[in-house]
Amino acid sequence: MIKKPFFGFGKPKLDYAGIEGLEQGEVINIPFSGRAVFFVEAPHPTVSDVSFQVGDELKTGQNLKVSPFSRTTFTSTVTGSITDISKTSGYLGRKCLSVGIDVSEADQWDDAFSEAVKTPGLEKADQYLNTLPGISDINALIHPETPLNTIVVNGMDKDLLVMTQQMVVKTRADDLKEGIELLKKITGNPKVILIVPPNLSAEAAKSGVQVQTVTPSYPNSLPEMIMKDVLNQVVPAGKTCSSLGVGFIDAEGVAALKSAITEGKPPVTKMVSVIGKNEKTQVIRVRLGTPIHAVLSALHIPLEQGDRLVIGGPMTGRSIYSEEMPILQDTDAIMVQGKDQLAHNEDVPCVNCGECVRACPVRIPVNMLVRLLENSRYEEAAKDYDLLSCIECGICSYVCEARIPIFHYIMLGKYELTLMEKSEESANG
Amino acid sequence: MDNRKLFVSSHAPYWHNGSSITEKSYNIMLAALPAVLLGIFQYGAPALAVVTFSISCAMIWELIMNFVMRRPVSIGDGNAAVIGLMLAMLLPAATPWWVVLIGTFLAIVVGKQIFGGIGCNPLNPALVAIAMIFLSWKGILNFDEALLNYELGFPMTYPLATLKYFGVEAVSEYGIGDLLMGCHTGGIGSTFGLGLILGGIYLILRGLIRWEIAISFLAGVFITALLFNVADPAAYASPAFHLFTGYTLIGAFFLATEDSSSPVNFIPMLIYGVLAGLLTVLIRNIGAMVDGVVFAILMLNLANPLLDKIRPKALGKEMENA
Repeated sequence: MIKKPFFGFGKPKLDYAGIEGLEQGEVINIPFSGRAVFFVEAPHPTVSDVSFQVGDELKTGQNLKVSPFSRTTFTSTVTGSITDISKTSGYLGRKCLSVGIDVSEADQWDDAFSEAVKTPGLEKADQYLNTLPGISDINALIHPETPLNTIVVNGMDKDLLVMTQQMVVKTRADDLKEGIELLKKITGNPKVILIVPPNLSAEAAKSGVQVQTVTPSYPNSLPEMIMKDVLNQVVPAGKTCSSLGVGFIDAEGVAALKSAITEGKPPVTKMVSVIGKNEKTQVIRVRLGTPIHAVLSALHIPLEQGDRLVIGGPMTGRSIYSEEMPILQDTDAIMVQGKDQLAHNEDVPCVNCGECVRACPVRIPVNMLVRLLENSRYEEAAKDYDLLSCIECGICSYVCEARIPIFHYIMLGKYELTLMEKSEESANG
Repeated sequence: MDNRKLFVSSHAPYWHNGSSITEKSYNIMLAALPAVLLGIFQYGAPALAVVTFSISCAMIWELIMNFVMRRPVSIGDGNAAVIGLMLAMLLPAATPWWVVLIGTFLAIVVGKQIFGGIGCNPLNPALVAIAMIFLSWKGILNFDEALLNYELGFPMTYPLATLKYFGVEAVSEYGIGDLLMGCHTGGIGSTFGLGLILGGIYLILRGLIRWEIAISFLAGVFITALLFNVADPAAYASPAFHLFTGYTLIGAFFLATEDSSSPVNFIPMLIYGVLAGLLTVLIRNIGAMVDGVVFAILMLNLANPLLDKIRPKALGKEMENA
């Protein structure tokens, strides 16, 4: 945990971990686990509507429609039979179907994908690429609402201590180059910029596209900051980068796209940074769907009652309650904190020390914002105190002297506002 | 399910820089210690009595209010002790015990707790108490009267009072060195200029007070006093005299920088500090009172919510009617 230095005034200095700090220099392969779990994004799942059922046999790479009424599909990354299907919910009320699979030893590949990649425009391949690591929705790049003029390939990790993307840039520079060509082809030839930390600029230069280095200081690799620092564009509060015609994809996604299309097999593995209790990072390669406990036990990281298990990094990750949770395509990191390392929040009002205002990268008056959020005045918070300008970096909570869970309040505020918008929309028909 | 391990869950971030209100309070007390110790060394047991009684009373009032208001016990955060210490530093060594008792009541209960406790006070609690004591019992904060029976080897007259009633000529006996080394009368912890400056620098370097406020307050005092001095050197004292006498230094580093009652944005902090400095010298030079720090800072405390509306545009904010 990076602490405030003894003498320190001004902004906190949080540097991203460079790949040189890796505990072991190479990627560790995690063996197959007997069980896999998938979370399938399904807006209103009713288990009885689902077009597959317990006992169905799945092949690796097989693409399934979730229900006859929806366009959502998912690609199995293992061979085996479905053992359970249940509803689950995630962060910010995200609704999912959880599909458990009993994995067989040997992979049997479904060959539909290898046929699909032979079509010249790869039109049929889209649906298989939803397991592409590093992007939650490839369709947003292939069929964007606003035509894309730029795609940013992010070779920097979004959180501290995470080294997944850096590892991809370092070890798969050639795949990156070909992947970028393919990406251009399927997205209508926009401008592509590769973002890397300065220590990887030599590797990144091999990609043949425009390379931009960014100072490896948190939160410079968050999309809004890249937009501001590299593209000189400001994302209006409450809007997304894609509304300005800029798409984001992680370096790993690009490399995986290349492997998938040249090998004719949809992506089934993912690189993950595992941050142990000693705050050292290891990078592993693991089959998507592998439960986290299988990863931790393979790496001999003990996890006990009262510890904290986080998907993601220390600033923006999400703590989870079960080690049965799987590695999904957006799982860039897993972090384990021992019970003696936890930073607890406190129930004290804001003392107006001004640390958050000093530290906020987008100049939000956090001291006033948190007062409104604590009192559930979300609309006022958005209108007068820039709630929607927040880029969700978590630095305000990190520096808070009163240890108020400011980031939590902000996300709650944003969530409540979307609920209000939705209910207004439905009221207006 | 029964043998499933339970994990601690909460929202991100999972790191914290380690700062806390308690740490800050103790460091402020530590920074104030040199000035307080010199005061105790000079005035002996009575000064020690005022300091210790003030801190303990402040903590007891805080505890009583915690119980009365059914709030969690908050004396552990050290804020009440800091307020008690600040009050004691402003009082003369010969303050009667009942003034300390009432003063801490005014600071903790009237100045802080009735507004909702830490972080909710619109005014600096110690200054609220000092202002009320000053307005209620005139003799208590008249240092010439209160310290009449002391003889410490330097002029036992309060420099600002001498300036007010006997003019610039009369204060020429106070050298800057004497003022810095605490060889003049005043509150227990407000005369040792060097100690206060060192304490202030410590707090600034550790990021525990906002340097913008302290520096701009001193700049405000200096510039205003300089303008007066240039206009008429025979009628108005030099800026250095104003910087090192009365409550100026304790005001700059310990009082104006109180978190809850001061602004947090850059430009408002500068305006706040400069205006408080300006008002201080205005009150001293043309106002009725001997020292102006107390009322100058209280006035600017009131302006704080308005000042803090001057703030930079957040990233991505679209200006309406622009």
